[in-house]
Parts: sequence; structure tokens; C-alpha cells
Amino acid sequence: MNLEPHLPALQVVVPLLTAPLVVLLRDARLAWWAALAASAMNFAVAVAITGQVLDGAVVRYDMGGWAAPLGIELRVDALSTILLLVVSGASTLALLGGRASLLEQVGEARQPLFMAAWLLALAGLVGILVSGDAFNIFVFMEISSLATYILVAGGPDRRALPATFKYLVAGTVGATFYLIGVGMVFMMTGTLNIADMELRLATVGDTNIVYVAAGFITIGLALKAAIFPLHAWMPNAYTWAPHVVTAFIAACATKVALYVLLRMDFFVFQKNLVDHELQFAFVLMPLAAMGILFGSIAAVFEPNLKRILAFSSLAQIGYILLGASLVTVAGFNASVLHLFNHALAKGALFLAVVCLGLRYRHLDLADLQGAGRHMPWTLTAFALAGLSLIGVPGTAGFVSKWALIIAALERGALGVALVVLIVVSSLLAVVYVARIVERLWFGEPPGENPAVSEAPWPTLAVTWLAVGANFWFGLNASLPGELAQRAGEAFLRHLP
Amino acid sequence: MLALDLFNSWIFVLLLMVGFYAVIARDNLVKKLMGLSIFQSAVFLLFITMGTVTGGTAPIVLGDDWGAVFSNPLPQVLILTAIVVGISTLALGLAIVVRIKESYGRISDIDAPERDRRL
Repeated sequence: MNLEPHLPALQVVVPLLTAPLVVLLRDARLAWWAALAASAMNFAVAVAITGQVLDGAVVRYDMGGWAAPLGIELRVDALSTILLLVVSGASTLALLGGRASLLEQVGEARQPLFMAAWLLALAGLVGILVSGDAFNIFVFMEISSLATYILVAGGPDRRALPATFKYLVAGTVGATFYLIGVGMVFMMTGTLNIADMELRLATVGDTNIVYVAAGFITIGLALKAAIFPLHAWMPNAYTWAPHVVTAFIAACATKVALYVLLRMDFFVFQKNLVDHELQFAFVLMPLAAMGILFGSIAAVFEPNLKRILAFSSLAQIGYILLGASLVTVAGFNASVLHLFNHALAKGALFLAVVCLGLRYRHLDLADLQGAGRHMPWTLTAFALAGLSLIGVPGTAGFVSKWALIIAALERGALGVALVVLIVVSSLLAVVYVARIVERLWFGEPPGENPAVSEAPWPTLAVTWLAVGANFWFGLNASLPGELAQRAGEAFLRHLP
Repeated sequence: MLALDLFNSWIFVLLLMVGFYAVIARDNLVKKLMGLSIFQSAVFLLFITMGTVTGGTAPIVLGDDWGAVFSNPLPQVLILTAIVVGISTLALGLAIVVRIKESYGRISDIDAPERDRRL
């Protein structure tokens, strides 16, 4: 049987079917192997799809042989592909390196159920990316969110529970807002297929209800994507989740919500609403700018390592949004590149946190002082990934920040102000990364800690692999660059 | 007349706001979840209303009578899915509340534990 035409469907089917299988396995080791195999297969399929998309095609697939727009269509284009690589790659790396940490934090007995939730989260995230149907996206969004709540609450720290509750409320309100918006568009067009929606909105685009729908969809997804000031759920959920889960969701969950936001706003609404790009920029650019500043400043003053990285994520989401809200092809490119590169940098940093979490119970900077003496390899990896987060030349973070600065400069005086903002925020990033590195390398150990040893080699090796990816894509950005370029051209083709 | 024509829409907005208010203003976690449920139910009403055809019956074909006017079945099917999602969310939310009660001994004022350091 030739599997090639079925690749988009396989992306969802493999983790979705492996999830119940994993529950039946009832053995921690087997469950981990099965989850890893499913996740790795997803990554392989994502790579195969990337090949097809790079050949110039938008990969389409009619579910069950029913043709769109009546049937449900899977649709993979350049932007979906780049995120498919991020999501399946992050899941695979986190599982590969996280075995010891998961056994310690989740426990052996609960491991199969936990792995099932992990696979459901993966299936949901991937489903959002491949689906071409607005309601399907809602269902996949809820599958991935519900599974993610389980993952976040699965850790040993009881503070994860209130954090999960907050996440659940925010996530549900966000998804429901999105559903209201989709319902209103459906009311006006009678279709749920995204490509079809765009065509049919042309006749009814300039009506109040479509503007209201665009508002509901944008705000709902902004809540899911933790865009400032709708980020209240995010720092605690990241901080108290099991470390491996943080490495996974910090790299993907909010990015996928941002992907849906970009798809709806640029792919569906841009052509059909008068001055949509101005409204988008007017609302989201100030939020992006405030998010960048607030996130960076909060990160400088946080005492907890994971919370520092969570607030830094808030700032990075700001960068991604800032690029998109420039509404130029260059800005959109920079935005997509930063989606990819930030996932690399934050993934590597949180994998280093997984290493630290195996040896230290509390992750406040005060507890971790002097950790570098015991775990030099982990802390070197952390420092190098930190360079990518700051955007030092030669790392992936530099490529996208540079692209963002170039894109901002196209916008004249406003652009200069934005460049100042980016530079200030990067300097703040230097401050908070340096603060971590300084305390962890040169601080006096708190004393009560017995001599800790280096993290186990599988976790460490995966961390270094992620750090290596930061440098690889820093020196050779042709793959994400090419995909970002195509995404920009496809999404902004109707720009006036 | 206009107000009556839009009766369902008014109820939609009312339920949406009642639910949303409870989510934001109540401190008790179970009440928050109740609010969340009402909030979601409002959206169900919106979808069901938009599928209604004036004078239409249920979308079931009886015998060979294909000529009957019937409501659009698609929104109803969508809402069936959304109801399942809502139930799952509520169940998971309640499960988390149970675990919060087990480990903190209370189900309101949960922002305080952010400050409880060192367990």
C-alpha cells in the first residue's frame, strides 16, 4: 500500500490510536516506548510532508473520500508544516530525554495513563495544524487542551492544581469565544471549510456580524496564546507542571494557538474585511509591545527559574505578534521564523531545566546557587541556549530577531521606535539570562545540599541535541527561511 | 416585534453574560465551573437557533416525503460535539477541584497558595 497520499491523516491517526493502546499496556517502560515510537513516527511523517510542501504543493486530503467543502478537508501548507516539525520534534525530544524525570515526578504506576494524555495532547495539536475546517480546529483544540490540563496537573507539586484550574477556565473561555466567532461566520456563509469561508465571505464581508466574529475569534485565540494581558494562566501553569511537560508545552501549545490566530485573521478575514490589517495592527501591536516589555521586566525580578523562563516566553510571544502586526511580508516572515526559533531556544532551556530538576527539588535561584560546580555540562548547555534566547549572532535567535528588526525598519518612524523596543528588551534578556548564569555558576551553594552529580546521560544528550539545533539553524536558516517565505506569500497575498 | 424576533439571541447574550460573570466574580471553584457551564450552554443555544428554519420540522425523512421543510441539521450535529466537549471539561474541572480540596482543604481563595513556599 502506498502511504504517501495519506500522510496528513497519519499525523493525527498515529498518536490518537496509540493513546488507548498505551493505557492497555499497563507498564511504565512499555508505555514510554510506545509513546516515543508514536511521537517519533509523527516527526518522520512531518519531515516527509515537509518534503512534499517544499516541492511547491499545498498538501490536501479529503477525509473518508468526501470532497471539500462538504467533506472535511485536511490541508497542510508552509505555515502548518513548520509548526508540525516544531510540535512533533518537541514531543519526541521531551519524551526521549524525559524518561527519568517522568518516572520521578509522575511515578511508575500512573505512567501509562500519563503517556496516553501526552499522546492525546500531541494528536490534538497536530490535528489543529493539519485541519482545514474551522469547527474541526475547535474540537482538536479542546482535545489538546483537556489532555494538557491533565499533563500540567500530573506533577508532584500541589501548586500545580490551582494553576491547572486557572488554565482550564482561561482555555475554555478562549475556545468558547472562538466557537462563537466561528458560529457567526457560519451563520453568514453556511460553510465551515476555511478556504471556502474565505471565498464566500466576499459577498457578505462588510457586515457588522463578520466584524464581531473576527473580534471574538481574535480575542479567544489571544487568550489561548497567552498574549499580554491575557497571559495570567501561563506563568504558573508552566512553573508547576512536571518539568518534561513544561519543555513540551512551552515549545508548542501557545504557538499552535497563535497559528490559528494568524490563519483566521490573515487567511480568512484579511481579504474580506475593509481595513482589516489596520485594525489588526492597531489592537495587537500595542499589546505585543507591552507584552515584550512586561515579560522581560518581570523575568528580571522573578526568583524562580521556571517562572523566569515563563515570563520570557510572554515576551517572545510578543515578538512573534509584533512581526505579524507589521502586516508586511517581511514582518510575517520574521514572525514565523521567530515561532520556530523561539521553540528551539525555549525547548533547549526547559530541557536543561529537566536536567536540573532531576538533581534539585526546588528550582528557585537561591536553591540552585553553585549548581554549575556539580553539573557543568547542564549549565553550559543552559548558557548556550540562553545565548540563542538573547539573540547572539550565530544562534537561531539572532536570525529571527535580525529579520524582525529589518522588517520593522521598513515602517519608518514607527519602525525605529519598535527597533528601540526590541533592543531594550534584548538587553533585558541579557540581564535575566546573565543573572541565572551568574548565580548558578558563581553563587555560593546554600550549604544543606549534599554534593549533587551531573544529570544522567540520556537527558543531557537530548539537551545538547536541542542546543546543537539552535546553532545549526543559526548558521543555516534556509529550511525555516524557505517555509516562512512561502507562508508569508500565501497569507499576505491579498494585501492592498 | 423586533425584540421578540430576536428572543433567542437575547437569551444567548443574557446566558453568556451570566455565565461569564460567575466565572470572573465567584471565588468558589465549583461556582466558577457552574458559570463556565452556563457560558458554554449559551453558545449551544446560538448554534441551534441559527439552524432553525421558520415552520420547519426536525430533519428526519418520514417515508418518501422529501418535500418537507426542515431545520438545518449541521449546527445540531456540531453542538452534539460541543456538548461532549463541555461535559468533558466540566468533569475534568470537577476532578481538579476534588484534588484541590484534598490537598488544600478548601475550594475557594486558591490564589493564596501561590505564596505558600516550601512544602
